[in-house]
Amino acid sequence: MNIVVCVKQVPDTETRVKLNSDQTWLDESGITFILNPYDEFAVEEALKLKEANDGEVTVICLGPERAQSAIRSALAMGADKAVHIADENLRMSIDTAKALAEVVKPLNPDVVLLGKQSIDTDNAHMASMLGELLDLPSVSSVTKLEISGNSGTAGREIEGGQEVIGFSLPAVISCHKGLNEPRYASLKGIMMSKKKSVESAEAVEAENKVKIKKLEYPPSRPPGKIVGEGPEAAAELAKLLREEAKAI
Amino acid sequence: MSQNVLFFIEFREGEIRNVSYEAATVGNKLKSEFSGTLTGVVIGSEIPELSAGFGKYGVDKIVKVDNAVFGNYSTEGYAEAFKQVVSNENPGVVVFSATAMGRDLAPRAAAKLNVDLLADCTEFSVEDGVITAKRPILAGKTIMTVQSEYTPQIITIRPKIFKSGFAEEEKSPEVESFDFSTDSVSIRARVKEILRAGGKKLDLTEADIIVSGGRGMKNPENFTLLEEFAEAIGGVVGASRAAVDADWRPHSDQVGQTGKVVSPGLYIACGISGAIQHLAGMSSSKCVVAINKDSEAPIFKIADYGIVGDLFAVVPVLKEELLKILQK
Repeated sequence: MNIVVCVKQVPDTETRVKLNSDQTWLDESGITFILNPYDEFAVEEALKLKEANDGEVTVICLGPERAQSAIRSALAMGADKAVHIADENLRMSIDTAKALAEVVKPLNPDVVLLGKQSIDTDNAHMASMLGELLDLPSVSSVTKLEISGNSGTAGREIEGGQEVIGFSLPAVISCHKGLNEPRYASLKGIMMSKKKSVESAEAVEAENKVKIKKLEYPPSRPPGKIVGEGPEAAAELAKLLREEAKAI
Repeated sequence: MSQNVLFFIEFREGEIRNVSYEAATVGNKLKSEFSGTLTGVVIGSEIPELSAGFGKYGVDKIVKVDNAVFGNYSTEGYAEAFKQVVSNENPGVVVFSATAMGRDLAPRAAAKLNVDLLADCTEFSVEDGVITAKRPILAGKTIMTVQSEYTPQIITIRPKIFKSGFAEEEKSPEVESFDFSTDSVSIRARVKEILRAGGKKLDLTEADIIVSGGRGMKNPENFTLLEEFAEAIGGVVGASRAAVDADWRPHSDQVGQTGKVVSPGLYIACGISGAIQHLAGMSSSKCVVAINKDSEAPIFKIADYGIVGDLFAVVPVLKEELLKILQK
């Protein structure tokens, strides 16, 4: 089985955001970069499929030079090889999808897996966009997945329930928390990852028609108040919620 | 040059979902900025009469794509239908609500139209025919201001941020049936069924009041306390990642960076410390209350009101006090 996983390198979730001088992006100095947490679910699912189906997992990553460490993380988990699509510039969704599609298409995968969204841009566009560009069915944000033969069933959360989706392969699937428990890379895995092949590929030109005008910190909430201690404060809080906050 | 506005009407299991009226309201604001008309697009099977409802929101026209093939949602099917309607209507602007369906459908439709989109927007303004939208990124730690140079400009709006409201001028929208040929699309992934645990429950993303529990709840059984509290005040129970990772609550209850983003009128955090990743999910809440026995808990920094104390002692009393007020 030919499995492709698309991953992205992102700032760590604990990162204290500091904006660059013209407020067009982050000041990257001091940021710890990691493999996008949602992509870990995708890599894990790819590895499970590989183990069940005698398959091969290829990791595709669009990003700057430093993104190689995210690729190595995926290889250390057990992916077989990788392709790094080099681009030092930040890309918006459709440009990212086009760059990925260009590289994924000739690989003729049976399954393409991704994390449901990257935790920096938080768009959650890739599964749908990549599916469209590859002319494959797409299922986004799955928390359950079963693949057997040429078809599969996925579960995805919707408001107040879960959709059960039937699909045929090949397909593009993005993974949400709850799908699986990503394995930690073993020491052996880390050592072996250094020997696995990481090819370079060129990024198809970006149109850059979504423009970032600026980044800013969110407005801070006005300071709140501690109403009191213990259950004695409950009556006062209830009154404030009704009269002052009008929240109830 | 005037441009028309199109918005998506979300129809599922025989019902028009309320977010559709939020999208209509935003569409109506954009329609006046763009000096155009406002058209709603609904896709489904056996779609009921809906023009009267939408007329109040300033909708001029409704395009209905009614076909048995759309009985259950499919990304490819709905995206192809939507794309065909867009190609026919030629709007300058398209609005979706960033719901589970919207966030799956809008990017596929955008890719079909060879454009990009601005997702999960919480604010927007228009100048010279260009929408400038703000959207949270990095789990809400930063707000990004973006513009799309594509036509149409497609935006998805975060649910419950833009309150739905009637237009100044009520319209009588004509309903146009769009003739969709099922040959035009190959549907290879489709919804087979929708599972709902224990009847229809209001989703966290739709709730006006949320009572949330964290590590301080100590065990899953204690969540009954919050369930009773929530029920008493008309709310829904959420959970922090700690409670979900401990298997005390299902993942669908999780509020936070790797869970749901919620925007209720009232968020009551019980035994939740307030990690950055949790705040990412609830900082859009209008009013935040924190109950925690640790006075240093970071949640108190963003809460509007706090009680330092044992939640097991505080919550029952708070429930009674709120019930007294609600019953007045």
